[in-house]
Amino acid sequence: MSTKVEHAAPGIFQKYFWSTDHKMIAMQYMFTGMVMALLGGFFAYVFRMQLGFPNQHVPGYGIVTPGKYNALVTMHGSIMIFWVAMPLLIAAFGNFLIPLMVGCDDMAFPRINRLSYQIFLLSALVLLSSFLVKGGPFGGAWTAYPPLSAVGAYNLTPIGATLWLLAVALEFVAFLLGGINFTVTTMNSRAPGMKMYDIPLVVWMIVLASIIFMASAGPLIAGAVMLLFDQTMSTGFYDPTRGGDPLLWQHLFWFFGHPEVYVVLLPALGIVAEVVAVFARKKIFGYKTVLYTTWAVGFLSFVVWAHHQFVAGIDPRMANIFSVTTLLISVPITEMVFLYIATLYGGSIHLDTPMLWALGFIAEFMIGGVTGIFLGSSGTDIYLHDTYFVIAHFHYTFVPIAIIALYAGLTFWYPKMFGRMLNETLGKIHFWGTVIPFNVIFIPLFITGTAGDQRRVYSYAQFAEQSRPALQHLRTTSTIALLFMLSFQLVFLFNFFWSLRHGKRAGANPWRSATLEWTVPSPPPHGNFAELPTVYRGPYEYGLPGGMDDFLPQNVPD
Amino acid sequence: MLERYSTAASTYAHWIDYQFLLIAVLVGFWLIVAEAVMVWLVFKFRAKDGRPTQYITGEETHLKRWITIPHVLVILCDIVIIVPAIMVWYNIKQVLPPPDETVRVIGQQWAWSFQQPGPDGVLDTADDIRTVEELHVKVNTTYHFELMSRDVVHSFAIPAFRLKQDALPGRVITGWFRPNRVGTYDIQCTQMCGVGHAMMAGRIIVETQQDHAAWLIRNSNPAMTGQQSTPASTTDALATMAEMRR
Repeated sequence: MSTKVEHAAPGIFQKYFWSTDHKMIAMQYMFTGMVMALLGGFFAYVFRMQLGFPNQHVPGYGIVTPGKYNALVTMHGSIMIFWVAMPLLIAAFGNFLIPLMVGCDDMAFPRINRLSYQIFLLSALVLLSSFLVKGGPFGGAWTAYPPLSAVGAYNLTPIGATLWLLAVALEFVAFLLGGINFTVTTMNSRAPGMKMYDIPLVVWMIVLASIIFMASAGPLIAGAVMLLFDQTMSTGFYDPTRGGDPLLWQHLFWFFGHPEVYVVLLPALGIVAEVVAVFARKKIFGYKTVLYTTWAVGFLSFVVWAHHQFVAGIDPRMANIFSVTTLLISVPITEMVFLYIATLYGGSIHLDTPMLWALGFIAEFMIGGVTGIFLGSSGTDIYLHDTYFVIAHFHYTFVPIAIIALYAGLTFWYPKMFGRMLNETLGKIHFWGTVIPFNVIFIPLFITGTAGDQRRVYSYAQFAEQSRPALQHLRTTSTIALLFMLSFQLVFLFNFFWSLRHGKRAGANPWRSATLEWTVPSPPPHGNFAELPTVYRGPYEYGLPGGMDDFLPQNVPD
Repeated sequence: MLERYSTAASTYAHWIDYQFLLIAVLVGFWLIVAEAVMVWLVFKFRAKDGRPTQYITGEETHLKRWITIPHVLVILCDIVIIVPAIMVWYNIKQVLPPPDETVRVIGQQWAWSFQQPGPDGVLDTADDIRTVEELHVKVNTTYHFELMSRDVVHSFAIPAFRLKQDALPGRVITGWFRPNRVGTYDIQCTQMCGVGHAMMAGRIIVETQQDHAAWLIRNSNPAMTGQQSTPASTTDALATMAEMRR
């Protein structure tokens, strides 16, 4: 395994673009994800401006026409899920953390790992290239329901639609390769002594997320191939006039699409678990129960997909089954959140920036969770389906996942990644400047949704009930809050890049954490461990009785 | 609760509104309790010099019950929510009360068009009234709608009725509503259907029996009597309209 061949200093290309080192690949995923996040955020800014201040010139963009609006919301959704949440939460953290936390020198398949990032980069480039083609990028929503997505005459973006589909398919290939690597590495390359229940939760969660992804992506890839054929070869898989069925795509898409929610949720929950344990100086309350609930969530996530389709024209009797499974999934998730909250009991809570983000995640995610009940219960979904209530609900899950938990992870592991501390004051400014506007963006949207605002509409001028001034005030409020939230991200970017050179030196273990990645220097050298560690205990031995130091690292013998 | 934000104008609107209220009360309670407990714990267990951390694994029975008891209560609440939710669903979507009238609703890029029986009361006869973007119905009358689409997936939504149903090409989906309040209400398309999605607006005009009868007479075309119905002409009119919008 670790026959370390020390190369002469690699060239810049070798080092930054052709590396098989898991930490470098993590950085590649991270910076690509951050660039895509800026783009996705910019799109949100443009279409929120159109909604908040209709038909006015948007600074930095121009007039938003209906076609451009559709493309912007489609790209915002696709990018934030596939090119931000997944690369940052799963690939960046998975790559960086798994070998360090299970105590090995690199991924099980380093070259597959490199290939995974390269295909991911290609997928991002294919998506971006659709901005340059005739007709512009795809505008048929990230769910891409045919026949709209299948027929150029309907969507008016025939090339963009195909490029979108190819980009998504390539992204899937990248994450299948990544998922194999995460799973195999965790199962086979753990340090001696690390039993299944000694694996840190974040690693477990990333592995389970990868397994869920790999198990759910197949049907969608099959669906995507059929859609590609419909688009380019005039087949009729989704064309009812030729024996096809548009509902088929919806089933294939959501069979993937709902587990995908948990694919990004689980790594976020894992990150939060690590942060809460370290900053409360507490063992996770019921580590095994957390794992069991995760498995339950993973399993149930495969049998809830049709709750996206209650009113889609499926057999109405089916809605009853899916309504029950959907409410059932609230049981393990609630349990997990309770366990996280219970972990705080009896601890010594330090409110450093990573902990603020972690607590912010729990507080905000609960709102996302409970509002899901309104949508999962079939009766109320008839009214709320495809309204802004849905948008507000899933942003209350996805923003805590892909923004808040991400920042919890970034601020927590930044010292390990770069060897320097982030500035605490700027971190706290950034936290409050993100979390407060976030609520001011989406609480008004719960109300407009309850008032009947439908989604994916660039203007409500045609709808008398939605044109009420009170609703427009709410939309404008939401847009202004978004401007605040986006501008506070500059504080983070400044902090991030400034601290790379000027931050306080971190040392190996600034947070006094018990897991293996903190036993190596920051940043970890090539090959990670000077001597591969042996593990003696679980990952959360904090506040031990007996008055020694308040924590025991996993690799220290008794 | 919902009525504060959106008028209720059909018989089943209140069922959905009560269901919404029920969920809001139950999940609101749990949300507030959970958030309060969390904030309280954060303040109570802030790090202090000299106070050691308690070593708790979460396997202890006397502590586990603090998870188990709320957990069981949450399951009970789930049941309290799911039973009426399914009943509401069942009564709106699964059973169709016998109709007094039947209308046909057709979605296409980017307009709703409607076909309803003329004075003879029978659909698909020459005196059918075809309208675009406007559907005239009688108050306190049970309607069946036959929903179809000419091109892509649309969704037929009337917020004031709490009605929503996707229109799929290749299928006819039958549903029902019973307006109980006179007035004009919005019809939306709530499924992304292309660049004209935001233009796909309609109005449903709920009239008294007399007003509706008068409207029927005004709009039934005497020239059509004895002729076959001609869907093509409507299509052309719609196509022109859609073209103009582009």
